[in-house]
This record gives sequence, C-alpha cells and structure tokens, in this order.
Amino acid sequence: MTIKDNLRYAESHEWVSLEGEIATIGITDYAQHALGDIVYVDMPEIGDEVTAGEDFGAVESVKAASDLYSPVSGEVVEINEALEDEPGLINQDAFANWIMKVKVSDPSEVANLLDAEAYAKICEE
Amino acid sequence: MNRYIPHTDEDIKVMLEKIGVKSTDDLFSDIPEDVVFKGEYDIPSAMSEVELRKHFKELGDKNSQLTVFAGGGAYDHYSPSVIGHLLARSEFYTAYTPYQPEISQGTLQYIFEYQSMICELTGLEASNASMYDGATATAEAAMMMVASAKKKNKVLISATVAPRVAEVVKTYTKFHGIELTVIPEKDGVTDLEALQESLKAGDVAGIIVPCPNKYGIIEDFTGVAEKVHAVKALMAMTCDPSTLAVLRTPAEWGADIACGDGQTLGMPMQFGGPYLGFMACSKAQLRKMPGRVVGATKDADGKRAFVLTLQAREQHIRREKATSNICSNQSLMALYATIYVALMGRKGLEEVNKLSCDGAHYLYEKLLSTGKFHKAFDKPFLKEFTVHTDLDIKKTNEYLASKGYMGGIDLGNGLVEFAVTEKRTREEIDEFVTLMLEA
Amino acid sequence: MKYYDKLIFELSRPGRVGYELPKNVFATDGEKEIPSDLLRKSKLDLPEVSELDVVRHYTNLSNKNFGVDTGFYPLGSCTMKYNPKINEEVATMPQFAALHPLQNPETAQGALELYWNLQNALSNLAGFAEFTLNPYAGAHGELTGLMVMRSYHEARGDHKRTKVIVPDSAHGTNPASAMVAGLEVVEVKSRPNGSIDIEDLKPLLNDEVAGIMMTNPNTLGMFETEIVEIAKLVHDAGGLLYYDGANFNPLLGKVRPGDMGFDIMHINLHKTFSTPHGGGGPGSGPVGVAEHLVQFLPNPHVKKSEDGKFYVENGEDALGSVSTFFGNFGVMMKAYAYILSLGKEGIKEVGPMATLNANYIKESLKDDYLLPIEGACKHEFVFDGLRDKSTGVTTLNVAKRLLDYGFHAPTIYFPLLFHESMMIEPTETESLETLEEFIEVMHKVAKEARETPEEVKNAPLTTLVRKLDETTAAKNPILNYKALKNS
Repeated sequence: MTIKDNLRYAESHEWVSLEGEIATIGITDYAQHALGDIVYVDMPEIGDEVTAGEDFGAVESVKAASDLYSPVSGEVVEINEALEDEPGLINQDAFANWIMKVKVSDPSEVANLLDAEAYAKICEE
Repeated sequence: MNRYIPHTDEDIKVMLEKIGVKSTDDLFSDIPEDVVFKGEYDIPSAMSEVELRKHFKELGDKNSQLTVFAGGGAYDHYSPSVIGHLLARSEFYTAYTPYQPEISQGTLQYIFEYQSMICELTGLEASNASMYDGATATAEAAMMMVASAKKKNKVLISATVAPRVAEVVKTYTKFHGIELTVIPEKDGVTDLEALQESLKAGDVAGIIVPCPNKYGIIEDFTGVAEKVHAVKALMAMTCDPSTLAVLRTPAEWGADIACGDGQTLGMPMQFGGPYLGFMACSKAQLRKMPGRVVGATKDADGKRAFVLTLQAREQHIRREKATSNICSNQSLMALYATIYVALMGRKGLEEVNKLSCDGAHYLYEKLLSTGKFHKAFDKPFLKEFTVHTDLDIKKTNEYLASKGYMGGIDLGNGLVEFAVTEKRTREEIDEFVTLMLEA
Repeated sequence: MKYYDKLIFELSRPGRVGYELPKNVFATDGEKEIPSDLLRKSKLDLPEVSELDVVRHYTNLSNKNFGVDTGFYPLGSCTMKYNPKINEEVATMPQFAALHPLQNPETAQGALELYWNLQNALSNLAGFAEFTLNPYAGAHGELTGLMVMRSYHEARGDHKRTKVIVPDSAHGTNPASAMVAGLEVVEVKSRPNGSIDIEDLKPLLNDEVAGIMMTNPNTLGMFETEIVEIAKLVHDAGGLLYYDGANFNPLLGKVRPGDMGFDIMHINLHKTFSTPHGGGGPGSGPVGVAEHLVQFLPNPHVKKSEDGKFYVENGEDALGSVSTFFGNFGVMMKAYAYILSLGKEGIKEVGPMATLNANYIKESLKDDYLLPIEGACKHEFVFDGLRDKSTGVTTLNVAKRLLDYGFHAPTIYFPLLFHESMMIEPTETESLETLEEFIEVMHKVAKEARETPEEVKNAPLTTLVRKLDETTAAKNPILNYKALKNS
C-alpha cells in the first residue's frame, strides 16, 4: 500500500493536493484496495458546490459502494472524464487518477487535514 | 400432522434427542411466559382439497364474469394459452431470486429477454427487471428524477395522468419529501403553456406525462422534451407498453424515463394483480434507475451467461443511500410479458392495437349516433375514450351488469370512459349499446 | 439433456408467427384518425417465432433453473417452504382471473370476501386489529408500515418525530424503506448475540423518534427475550414499534407480534404463507396494525356491512394509496388456500417444526462449522464459516460447492455481524431424510476443505455454467439483446 508524503488526507480516505487555489482530489491507494475492482465512479458536475465533510459522489465495486466525502469546500472546476469509461484506472494508480478539481473557498481547510504520517496510522488501525 | 409437515413421532423423537431437549416447547422456553399465545386461532379447521375446491368455487360463484368495456388501468386483452402452461413449470415459479447465477440461468435469461423487449418497445437503452405495478413504477420515477437532479426537489405531474397512478405518486412524494405540483389540463390534454411557465424558475427536477392519458387521449408532446432539458430537468412518460408497438415511443418524444403497467401484455385482470410495473431509461440515467438489472457476461469457461448486475446501486448495499427500497421484481409476471411478446411479435402487437382501435372507434361512432352520448374532446385515441352522456351512469352500469356487461368508468360530471380490446366482437358492441339505451 | 443457450431473439425467422387473432370485421379504420406525428416511426425488432419455438425455448430455459421442487433451499431469512399445488390451481380459477378490479363490488362479492377473510385470518394469527393486503412485497409493506407510523404522529400534530431506530444488524431494506418514507435512520447497537442492546437504546429514545423497526427472532434466529421491556421503553417515549415479519414463521403457533407490544407489522405471504417466490416475485406484503392505527391504512379498504355485504371504502384519514388496485390479489388467493389447508390445528405446528428442523441442523453441523452463538435458535441460525480457518476455504466457496451437490446455497455474508456468515433456514416442510442428506453433504464439503481445498475454491464444477465474470458485467453493462449483438 502506498501513501504519498506530499499530500494531505481525510479520514474518509480521500487525498488532496493543493496548488494555488485549486485542490485536486482522489481516493487513496488504501481505499481502492479495500474496495476491490472499481466498476463505476459517480462524479459531480462541473460547477457544483461541494462542502468539506459532505459527500460529492461515490465509487462502486461489484458488491460494495462507498460514498466520497469532499475534504474541502468550493466549486468543482474539473472532473476526470477518463474515469467515466475506465473506472478501473483508480485500481491501477489511485494517486495519478484523480477524481475532481475544486477551486477552494477556504485554503485553511487543507491545512486541517491529516499529513501522510497521521493517515498511515489510521490505516494501520 | 398434515400433508405439508412430514415429521413422524419417531422423527421428532430422534431430532429432540440430538438437540438434547425433551420437547419442542423447550426450544421456546426463552419466550416470556406472558406473551406466549395460549388461545385457539379463530380460523377454520383444516380443509381437504375436496373441501377447498368447493369453498373456492362457492366464492367464485359470487363473482359475475362480465364482458368488459372498461379500462382504467386493467384491460381485457387476449392471453395466449401457451403462457399459462409455461408459467406453471415449477422450475420457474418455485425458484428464488437468481442470486446464485450458476443454477438460475433460466430466470436470468428470461429477464434479459424481458429487458430487451421493454427497450425495443420504449426505444430506450436500459430497462430494469420489472417493479410492482405501473403506479409504483411512476412514483419510483419521480424519486429517481429527484435523486438524479441532486439539489432539486420538485416534480411536475400532468393532471391528465390516470388518477390511480397520480394518487400513488402523491402518496410516495408526500412522505419522501418531494414537492409535487400538478400541471393543469386544458381540453383533455396537458396544458403545455402552464407547463412551460412552471419550468421557468429552474427548480424542477423532472416532469411526468402520460401516454395515452386518463381520458384515453394520445397527447402531442412536440417540443416538450427540449423545454424540459433546457432547464436541466428530466422527462418521464407513464405509458401502456402494448400501445407502444404503434404509438410514438417515449424515446421518440425525447423522454429520459418510461414507466407504466405491463398488464396490457396479455395478463389476466385477476381483480387487480399481480401485474408488473416496467421502467426503462436512457443510458445517462442508468445508474440512478431503481430495481434489479440483469446483464450478459461470460463464465469461467467462456460460455455466455447472465447475471444480476449493477447491484452496488441497490438497497442491500447502499442502505439508506439507495434510490429506492425495492428488493424484488415481479419476476414471474416479467416471464409472462416475455412469452406474450415472443408469441405476438411486432405483427401481433400491431394487430392487437389495430383491432382494439377499430373496435373502439366503432363503439365511439355508435354511441354518438344514439344522441345520448356526445363528444367530450375532439382528440385522437386508440382503445380507450371518454364521452359525455345524458344517461344516469350508475343506473346504466347496474343494468348492464345484470345483463353480463361491465360498462364504462364514471369519471364524474357526466363523463364516462370506455375501453375496447381485440376480444370484443361487433355483436357484443352492438348489444352493449342497445342495452345501455334500454337501461 | 443438451446444453441450451439460445436467446428467443436468435430463433427469429422473418414471417414466422406464434399467434392467431380474431378477424377484423370493423369497417372503421381507427388508426387513420391518429395524426402520423403521434405514431411510432422506429423499427420494432421483436422475435418472429412459432408457438412450438416458444414452448420449447422456455421449457429449455426452465431446465436451467433450480427451484423448491428441484431440491432443498437452506436459504436463511427467505423461508423457502414447499409451494402447495392446490394453491396454484385455485389461483387460476376463471371466476377470479377474469375479474376487473373496478367491477361494481356487488358483482365481485366472492373476491372481496376472500380478501376480507384473509385479512381477518392474518389479524388473528398476528394479533392485530386489521390488515391491508394492498402492499406488493415485503419491502413495500415496510414502506407502507412506516407511512402508517408517520401518519399517526402527524395526525397528532407531533411533527418532530422524523427519526426511526434500526438495529445495526438489520437487513439493508430497513434503512432504505425508512429513507423512502422520509425518515432519518438512527442505528442502535446489537449485542454479540444479535439482540438489541437496551443500554444503547435508552439514550436514543426522545421526542424526535417516530419508532423502532425490529424483527423477532432477530437476524441470528434468536428470540429477543427483552421485547416486553423494549416495547415499554419505546412506547413511554411516544414511539411505535414496527415488526419486520421476515422472521414470522417460527412464531406461528407460539407468539403473536401484536401480543409482544408491536403496533405495526408486515407479513411476507411468500415466506410464511407458502406462496411461491416466482424467481423474485410477485410476492405480497400485507400490513397489520393495532386498533389505534387502523384509520391510517392505505386505500382502498375492504369492509363488511352489517347485512353481510362486502364493499370498498376510501378513508379520509388513510395515508394515501400504495397500489393501483388491491395489490397482488392472485398471490393472496394462494396464501388463503394455504391457511385453510393447514387449518387452526395445522398452523400451530408450523413454528415448532420449523424450529425443530433448524436446531437439528445446527447441532449436527457445529463440529465442522463455527457456531458463534450457542443456545436454542428459532427458525434459523448463523454459522461463521468453517471451524477450521487454516484451509482458506471461505463461506462463498462452501456455498458454491453445495450447488455441485444439488443443494441451493444458504444465505451468505449476512448478517454483517460475522465475517463468514452462513445463514441456514430449513423450514418445517423438509423431512428428516432431506436434512440428513444436507448434513452429510455439509460434512463432506468440510472434509474436502481440509483435504482438497483447491477443488472447493473452484466450485461450482458441475453446474451448467460456472463462476461468472461479474466485474466486466458491472463495468460494461450489456443489458439487452441489441447491445449484446453489437458487443
């Protein structure tokens, strides 16, 4: 299982990378592994407002589904359309295959998220 | 003991010994004494098959078998003999839900065929494995549109949707917390100007319109889908699947969802059920569609096979996040519909509609010519139509029943609705009209 | 018998027909009156087949199915009892089959009497004031019952009550039904034996709680011995108790849910009252209520007047309608025939014999399978997989191996309380010999798991089709013939 040092994490297993005011968000390698073969990603639409801690979509495997919780608040500016046809990309590389990009309204939310070390601890539990 | 419980005294003794208790009562010793039922059930003593048949015959004889000229959601279409024989195969009717695909290919395959036929009839890309009835399927469509819209919570329903369907939609939406607004009717059809007005605020998740409508009228929805989609709303049509062989399909109207009752696919009226509710949708809405779905795949040896799929949408996995709580389908009735459509084919369905339509128009003209019935709406219809009458509808229907006929449905305000299927002969129609004038 | 995998569409030959309709003798051309804009333009691609094609095709498909008439279904929580044949016979009687649901009640007295008799029998068997037979299935009954619950509180002006308590061990349908009924789900914890943790329940009860949904026996087949106390706690807090009738079978002849303090329940006629599952439906989910809730039951209601006539009534206080007409009437006919066939004496044997069968299997298999909860179960029990976990053989493997030996699989991976749940319910209609055969095969599979685990892991080996690729099916859904042809 991989955890990248330069990212921030939510307890609900999403990762965030912030560049300027744009946050890129995906699910962690731990989460994709727990779910197994991902068959569908329910993504938001561009222009949707997302709120930190609230769900913005879901990932489905054959016999399980997991809600996606946004780690930040803001407006969705881009979604990863490649996942519409090939949701399994997340299984191949959960960090390269992000789900959405959000223009954040409060960058300090990112600072409140877990760092790699703290997230690794949660996964161990 | 009785014929459905095989335990002999000796069996019971052996089993109790193995378990290590003295009597079956010991297996219930954990039940608090004051809730144990000690009385006698107030139901009759066991009946033999002879007595049971007699009892059912006595009940049956208290029903009148009428020659039906009414619809209102149940139609007296012809049921081919073959269907009953095939449905009586216990490998079909005693099977459980096909969760073990390796030993359920029969069920899975006919559901796949059913879905294929519903897609053909509606023109849409995906169908579920069927639902309870047309009314609940329409209510589910309302919930589906709201789930799909995410942040919008308002559904519009045309006043011309059949009242029994509208009532169920009203019930579901009231509890589910959906704002349901009725689009008024004008001259027997949906008031399209009022509809357009209601769409303006941009807060509508979807609309529900009928085909044919509650008066039997085939409405013209030209331009409606475009207006609905322009405000990012969805369009659901509640329709009669039998008529889709000849009428413009939901897909051709631009609808995103089609739903309705499968009873018209030859199912016995059976005092209201079982029938089935069908639902189909465009590919874009597939993941929000409630209910079971069967898909094609391959087995470990590469053989073509069928399996329940997209299950992660359903209630047993999504719990309170699912679009619906439905966890069954009217599977055996889906088999009914499948065999019916297989036997009839395109030609048969077209002929059923042609015969019904011609018979209905024959009755319509005949009624108008009596002078006791008058045009209510000058709109196109297929097998069901509504007229004004000077007659006392209640009295007329009672008289008709005494002569072996079921008259039209009383819609109030002197409006009465008749339906004619391919089973009605010209002689029956002639006598029916004569009797009405006698009443 | 040869392997058969054709689709009906693949049998189609242009010009072939499977029907014959009456000749058209009408001079009128009705369709001419319909503007062409309102007519179908697209091609309608349906099979063109002969009557014999259809008969053989579906007969061949039936041979690819397993049903109760084929063999034993130890399927927990599903009550796969025998489906008596006389029930099928009476349900197709033309005096009922040809009955229009909107016929004047005067001309449908027999059908209404049947509905009324069944509604009364269920009320008596379950200890309630009245039943509606309109709901179409268990989940539909649940939804209807929760609508009754909300209507009751609303009618009292108690608008705050929007939460419903559901055990964490409950089937997913419970929370889903609550969601559809507009209620918010609050989970109450289960103790290790699956019963409700009263200490966890107490703080959840307040003036926002509409009620609690329970099943008794619970999902582990154990009786909730503290039900009387739970009922008192919930009632004292102003809530109602909903009984999920999925597990009603063992109580027949022993306990009535109404007497345990429940206010509302649904019954699955396709479980407890022997109507066939039909490959997934139609079922029927009648809902019964205590006296103070009768007015809220959905329309239409079937009533009996003092002169003995039956009539149909639509009540003002009713929650609304949940069905177009009277529900799955044909299914009700079968349940009614079953109740009359057993009679008041026979029905008392159902619960005890179902319970005896379950305990017998449990005691016979607990040497090889891990029994997490000791003690007498009711109609069903749960194993947590094989006792010997070192083989790597899972509950799924055991379930699939059973298919090879001619048995249906048990319910697996439910309840979620254990990792390897295997839920077994034999019902009262199975004989000791059938149970012995099943026990023998289960032991044999356990032995195989120790000796030839790879074989068990590859099961099923002898079924018509083998393990299916469900991932591809869900990733790239092929849901109809047209898509299949183009794939």
